[in-house]
Amino acid sequence: MSKKLAIIATKGTLDWAYPPYILASTAAALGYEVEVFFTFYGLSLLKKDVSGLKVSPLGNPAMPMKMPFGPDWFQKINWNIPNAIMSIVPGFETLATSLMKQTIKNNGVASIAELRELCQEAEVRFVACQMTVELFGFDHSEFIDGVEYAGAAKFFEFAGEADINLFI
Amino acid sequence: MNFDKELDARGLNCPLPILRTKKALAEIAAGQVLKITATDPGAVKDMAAFAKQTGNELLSSAEAGGEYVFFMKKK
Repeated sequence: MSKKLAIIATKGTLDWAYPPYILASTAAALGYEVEVFFTFYGLSLLKKDVSGLKVSPLGNPAMPMKMPFGPDWFQKINWNIPNAIMSIVPGFETLATSLMKQTIKNNGVASIAELRELCQEAEVRFVACQMTVELFGFDHSEFIDGVEYAGAAKFFEFAGEADINLFI
Repeated sequence: MNFDKELDARGLNCPLPILRTKKALAEIAAGQVLKITATDPGAVKDMAAFAKQTGNELLSSAEAGGEYVFFMKKK
């Protein structure tokens, strides 16, 4: 019998979209049976269009701010911009997101849409928390096909038998 | 070394080399050999871990000029 991996995905930013999809797709490639339970902000990762996911440098002091273009010495500079300034510059998040997307592309890292598709190809099961779908006023039509809608009991049905359980 | 299929995973980063390897292995028969070329330094340990967990045999793993070349025999 194959090993099982259960993941709870609770974050809805571009950076936090990666861990669940990377781990789910890799585990599936290793022969694991995988189920991901999306709840709260994690529901954003199931939206048909994930191009709107953003990354926020605000309140995130560990995030390096480096430019993904220009000469080598320039790209190595870490732009240490204080949070107080970030918070008052309009569009700072959008800027940080576009820089992050360019860096992702430069590094040959897959896009979220691509990783998600690879998960579905590998038969990773996606379960969305029906309670938070309603709480946030989402409609099932906003999400990709192949998603199951259920509650916490459904998560435990699989997680209780799983070899690895991750809360992301 | 002889091989039956070749996978160019250069420029790709984790976890893509592993996912593409899995896909490429599905396209060859048991006992056949897949040659993989990658540039992700993390792929060295990852290929070995993939082989160990899936039962496919990593025949060789080598580095030359910033590229990593693997030969994997399908279970």
